Amino acid sequence: MDFSAIVSDALRSGIGPIAAVYALAAMGLNLHFGYTGLLNFGQVGFMLVGGYGLAITVSTYGGAMWLGVLGGIACAIVLALLLGLPTLRLRADYLAITTIAAGETLRLFYRSSWAEPVTGGVFGLQRFANDFYSLSPIEPGTYGVWLVRFSSRDLWVMIVGWALVLVVGGLLALLIHSPWGRVIRSIREDEVAARSLGKNVYAYKMQSLALGGVIGAVAGMMQAIQVQSVNPDNYDPGVTFFLYTLLVLGGAGRILGPVVGSILFWFVLSFLDSALRQAIDAEHISPDLISTSEVGAVRFALVGVALILLVAFRPQGILGSRKEMLLSGR
Amino acid sequence: MAADPAVPHPGRLSAIDPEPGVRKPDPLLILDEVTRTFGGLVAVRVEHLEVQRGAITALIGPNGAGKTTLFNVVSGFDRADDGRWSFEGQPLTGAPAHRVARRGLVRTFQLSRALARLTVLENLLLAAPGQRGEGALPALLRPLWRGQERESEHRADELLDRFRLGPLRDDFAGTLSGGQRKLLELARALMTRPVMLLLDEPMAGVNPALAQSLLGHITRLRDEGLTVCFVEHDMDVVMGISDWVAVMADGRLVAEGPPHTIGRNAAVVDAYLGKRHDEPEAADDQGEED
Amino acid sequence: MRYQRMLVPVLTLVLVMVPVTCAQAQGEEVPHGPTFAARALQALIDGIQFGVIIAITSVGLSLIFGTIHLINFAHGEFVTIGATFAFFLNVSPAGPGWHLIPAALAAVVFGALLGGAVDRGIWRPLRARGTGLINMFIVTIGLSLLLRHVVLVLYGTRPASYAQYDIQSALDLGPAGITPRDLTVTLLSVLVLLGTAALLQKTRIGTAVRAVSANRDLAEASGIDVQRVVLFVWMLGGGLAALGGVFFGLVEIVTWDMGFKLLLLMFAGIILGGLGSAYGAMVGSLVIGIVAQMSTLWFPVDLQYAWALLVLILVLLVRPQGILGRAERVG
Repeated sequence: MDFSAIVSDALRSGIGPIAAVYALAAMGLNLHFGYTGLLNFGQVGFMLVGGYGLAITVSTYGGAMWLGVLGGIACAIVLALLLGLPTLRLRADYLAITTIAAGETLRLFYRSSWAEPVTGGVFGLQRFANDFYSLSPIEPGTYGVWLVRFSSRDLWVMIVGWALVLVVGGLLALLIHSPWGRVIRSIREDEVAARSLGKNVYAYKMQSLALGGVIGAVAGMMQAIQVQSVNPDNYDPGVTFFLYTLLVLGGAGRILGPVVGSILFWFVLSFLDSALRQAIDAEHISPDLISTSEVGAVRFALVGVALILLVAFRPQGILGSRKEMLLSGR
Repeated sequence: MAADPAVPHPGRLSAIDPEPGVRKPDPLLILDEVTRTFGGLVAVRVEHLEVQRGAITALIGPNGAGKTTLFNVVSGFDRADDGRWSFEGQPLTGAPAHRVARRGLVRTFQLSRALARLTVLENLLLAAPGQRGEGALPALLRPLWRGQERESEHRADELLDRFRLGPLRDDFAGTLSGGQRKLLELARALMTRPVMLLLDEPMAGVNPALAQSLLGHITRLRDEGLTVCFVEHDMDVVMGISDWVAVMADGRLVAEGPPHTIGRNAAVVDAYLGKRHDEPEAADDQGEED
Repeated sequence: MRYQRMLVPVLTLVLVMVPVTCAQAQGEEVPHGPTFAARALQALIDGIQFGVIIAITSVGLSLIFGTIHLINFAHGEFVTIGATFAFFLNVSPAGPGWHLIPAALAAVVFGALLGGAVDRGIWRPLRARGTGLINMFIVTIGLSLLLRHVVLVLYGTRPASYAQYDIQSALDLGPAGITPRDLTVTLLSVLVLLGTAALLQKTRIGTAVRAVSANRDLAEASGIDVQRVVLFVWMLGGGLAALGGVFFGLVEIVTWDMGFKLLLLMFAGIILGGLGSAYGAMVGSLVIGIVAQMSTLWFPVDLQYAWALLVLILVLLVRPQGILGRAERVG
């Protein structure tokens, strides 16, 4: 077995563009779930409207890239309003069901033959991010240190992606430590108490849903840009489940929780993936037991196990405090 | 606490006829025909009730009389089927909870609702009214609200000292004892600069020493000009501090009067002893997602 | 849940069946060509068939919610496991090659055992640790990921059918048709639903389930063994989900992610019917099944699930407590 290849894969994945995208999307989810206590199980829907907002504007209508970005953000706000209006007055469990249903409904609409002229249906849309890559100041080639090398394209996406993580993280930190953030956190603790103190809880929840949704949409755009393609089947509810896993892993209700969570999540996932594949190739694991084509599935199953164990034994994640966790009655 | 020397002394209440629905010289809160039903059960049907400004009014009655339901309706946490109510001369009918609170009518809850993972200080700061930093955009610009925040902190510290919570200021509210939470809730309510407090069984589940201290706090607040209305089902607690007592039974207002007369009132004796009122009533708990 | 409540599902069934028969009577006068009425009738029949299968799977989901307030995101996997377990016994070269009927019964037993195992192995320890409800939701997500991908590894990605009752010619009902297989599945589903209702209504354990749903503390105080009731609900839910899975695999096809796709329709059904109500779940699911199939009259087939989910969102706007839900505070 080639350990340096395994480590290389794991490191590349842990700091790569996808980790940045998931960190960003999970930051939005962290605002919902970690700070406001909104059980949003449809974050992938925001990523979808972000990615498609950009792709449709550029590919289908020939618009400019910046217009596409604005379009994606606008779509996320509209989605937040559509989702929030009926459900934010309801109990957390209703919000959970509605958001997961809404995300899936969106995916089904975008992939339907009905929407194909605009969204490309099951084929999706491609090559709408040329403007983004033409902005890259990086000379073509590959770059890297030690075991880790990236193409200039990926490097450019990574730089922008992690820069966005930094900016969004900074903005969220400012918000959370302001009176606005105090109201948001009070809603997580007890929205009845917040209302009794004159806070318009509904409006704040809506703001949180929209803001976290926009962050999710930006993540969706980065994801679409990275592969120069959007396809409805990349936006299944499993994505949201991954986001929850890495959020709980890093620590919900911590600004850096999603960042640490995403890096570690992708590092471990790739490590396992690469190690399993090599073990099968080298016949350390019998191909009858698991074939290489099943490695992906095994990996997801392990994510499931990890999520169960995390919530059971370390619900506060890496960065959270156990003491604080125990105070929450939830 | 809007201490206003022009506020008439609660003593003037003694001149009023002790009968249900009687007019008061300076009513702050006025209720008319307020009705709330649950299925077929009439939880509240109050024809007319005035709450005197600057006085402590106790709302008493046996379990299931509809006291908490009435509180919930007036404070915007429950919806009335019918009726009108006004506060400081302005209509308040059907206003949502947060707007009621902003108008200066602030309530507490029977089961205290400390915001567990906020510190004691944050619990108070949250309650400060008119905060510029509560908008999402101004929140990003610290200079816009830093000064105001500092003033709030100063006032919060004063309140914490007053309620002997100063040493706990930076602890999570979730670590407080039951009694400390009651005090915190009262301090937090005061932080909103209320005109009138609605206290839902402030003495429930509190040890006798703390109950005495709470009573002392409430009387002092009244002396500073605050109007207080509190729910209680134990008549003995009421006698000591209230200026006026309103009695509910089966959702209706059955008697009103100064505390010393109320014990002799036939309707009250009837409500507490004569008839049976021991059926459990869903309407009288707080009924929110617990 | 009194007897009056049972009336509503029964009446709904009647209301649905009457137009069917009327449409049938009319349809006979038009012997040729798939007119709109004929297509509508066919869609309605398909919808009822689809709806009762969703209903079987969603009753357990709703009961679990009713008793322990948990939204089980892994419930769809119980459906898939039922279907694929029967497939293993029935078709798989590695399996014993049983006839589908014993295989289906075995799958139901397996589903019930799985439900019980999950309660004993995961939920009870978590409850004992004092894990909050919201965190439990997240655990069900983990469980869903785990089970679904274990199925994927064991079963593979290829859709497949059972060995028996695969291809049948439809019984001619004038303008519409239904195969004997689909008719049997539909009737069996209705019977199972009625049986479940009778179980809840007439038996001691059923009464205990309803008592725990209505007020857990009160039930516990009156001497009901709540842990046992919860275990029963998980086993019942698991068994019914497995049966629904076999039925769905029979009338449609067995796939590794069939349950997860159905899950959202189950959610729609139970919210429509009122969260936590078993009868509500039945009625709501029936409506969802019909909506999904009838939508194909006007809209592309690939959107049929989407319309059903939109109904869910509309219901939340208009009547969040659902059709049969009590008008209590839900938010």
